[in-house]
Amino acid sequence: MSALLERRLLVVTGKGGVGKTTVAAALGLVAARAGKRTIVAEVAQRGDVASVFDREGSQPFEEVQLAPSLFHISIDPQDALEEYLRDQLPSGAVAQVLIRSRIFSMVAAATPGMRELLTVGKLWELAQLDRRTPGADAYDLVVVDAPATGHGVAVLTAPRTFAAAAGGGPVARQGRIIDAMLSDPEQIAVIAVAKAEELAVTETAALQRSLKERMGLPVERVVANMLDPDRFSPREATLLQRHSVHPAVARALRGHGRALRQRAQLARLRKLTGQAPAHLPLHPGGPDLDLLADELEDQL
Amino acid sequence: MTAARGLAARLEGKRICIVAGSGGVGKTTASAALALGLAAAGQRVAVVTIDPARRLADALGTGELGNEPRMVDPAVLEPHGIEMRGELWAMMLDPKATFDGLIDKLAPDARTRDDVLGNRIYAQLSSAIAGSQEFSAVAKLYELHRDGGYDAIVLDTPPSRNALDFLDAPDRLTDFFEGRALKLFLVPTGIAGRLLGAGSGVVFGILKKLTGVNLLDDASVLFRAMGGLIEGFRERAAAVKALLADPATTFLVVASPEREPVAEAIFFRQKLREAQMAFGGLIVNRVALLGADEHADPVAIRAALRDGLGDALAAKVAADAEDLRLLAARNAASIERLKAALDEPDPIVVPRLDGEVQDVDGLLVLYRYLSGAAG
Repeated sequence: MSALLERRLLVVTGKGGVGKTTVAAALGLVAARAGKRTIVAEVAQRGDVASVFDREGSQPFEEVQLAPSLFHISIDPQDALEEYLRDQLPSGAVAQVLIRSRIFSMVAAATPGMRELLTVGKLWELAQLDRRTPGADAYDLVVVDAPATGHGVAVLTAPRTFAAAAGGGPVARQGRIIDAMLSDPEQIAVIAVAKAEELAVTETAALQRSLKERMGLPVERVVANMLDPDRFSPREATLLQRHSVHPAVARALRGHGRALRQRAQLARLRKLTGQAPAHLPLHPGGPDLDLLADELEDQL
Repeated sequence: MTAARGLAARLEGKRICIVAGSGGVGKTTASAALALGLAAAGQRVAVVTIDPARRLADALGTGELGNEPRMVDPAVLEPHGIEMRGELWAMMLDPKATFDGLIDKLAPDARTRDDVLGNRIYAQLSSAIAGSQEFSAVAKLYELHRDGGYDAIVLDTPPSRNALDFLDAPDRLTDFFEGRALKLFLVPTGIAGRLLGAGSGVVFGILKKLTGVNLLDDASVLFRAMGGLIEGFRERAAAVKALLADPATTFLVVASPEREPVAEAIFFRQKLREAQMAFGGLIVNRVALLGADEHADPVAIRAALRDGLGDALAAKVAADAEDLRLLAARNAASIERLKAALDEPDPIVVPRLDGEVQDVDGLLVLYRYLSGAAG
């Protein structure tokens, strides 16, 4: 874990519905407990991280404190665009003209990939020790609650794509600076979250390949999330079979079947990714962040 | 927990069914199961999926499919006891091919088409298609509707986190192609100033400084070439928008009973209301349900099983029952929240099934729940 926490950016991605937001929040909590000033940044979502902490969604783009040393921001591309223009232009008045004219916004809204670039530009800014946002304090670590797998890679490759498209000029130059950070394994680590299901496992392996090909980055750790309890030994299962007329036993046997299928998928996950995943249990009453953070501290 | 009104009744008279919801809730399998059921009942149905499970595609014999629908061979389905009275067509959307195809169709001549397709920016951006997948999906839907002769089309939506991207796709594209931005690139001096009023000269200068000359030159070439396509794009986007709002088009919302999918379903329903588009029903998928003895508490279970299983194992079964009770209670609360927020008193509830739905038999089981035949 300590090696992970020395990075500037932890990017949490995975197939839709595997609990990325919860894992990102729990990782943020682990880092904050270790004394790191941490911000969990959610990308193009609507206050999910805040609601995991039982908080109202913040205003987009506001850096909100959730717990000691733990902050949260929801990144909206339009805000990122305005901030970028204010930062880049010699005077606020000129920036205002450009923002009001809506030309840049329209180009941004309609140009495929532009929103990803603006989003990742803000992530880069958050991770700078010398923040460009006036008066903002530095963070030790930025945990990114990234979009689902395919789109997550698109976000990371956006600066590279744009730099190549632009050829020269400030956008290309800045794209290359951001890309240098995003493709530096000393500064960034990608965490893949999966469920122990066929599709999620397949997608995790595909993510690992595409991340390697397109960014030259490894998947640093795999987290298998929402695992059903694996309670019964083969001998116990045999005994349960003999009492399966009892509804609770019948249901326990179905649960056991689920656990066995998950066990097979975990083995597949380990084989395909070449690494042992961390295991996080499903909390039947709803995810308990403190317990999940304990598990991650032990396993990562 | 039988759905009082199955999907078939809800979809009576509908020709287009768009299946929406957040990632990982089972949109693709629900779309495939629905299309299979409608086709078996006698309709000519096309299902457009975005990124189907490999095994599901293989099961339907559509593994090597391109960007056009292909009929699923009834012989593939027959061994599963399906008497196919209609036709099931399936395709997997290729966003870039769809977009390229649209350029090809709308370009006034071969040279314009080649200018666009060969442009450096177009090549870079259209393959980084994160933002154009939604538009490609609705553009394809429109073509299939107009030219395909289908009784019904089921569209599985992209795994976008933001449903708005989907509803807004036609507008965003129209904005782009007919917008001031385009005119600015097309006529960077003189007329632009008059079109945009004071300040546009400054704006243009800044744009040039920020983006760099190369980008601007390339963009300028691209947009000039695209100028010939504007009218076609505008018409197409308007037609697509009209199709989304057509009375024969309906949106099905799929959710699983977890926090994020529930929030997404509520958000999407709200957006449908605002856009005055039809809401066809809610499917709550992968729900943990309790059986008839739901009141059996862990202590009673442990006591009842102690003699037969021994106390340790009986305690484990009791713990398992308690987990299920908590999960079922949480799922039930999610469903109540959805019912209230979506104004949908009668959602279709599909229980957690044993194993993932990734073959024809799995689709059949799923369809029995969707149609209200199983409960």
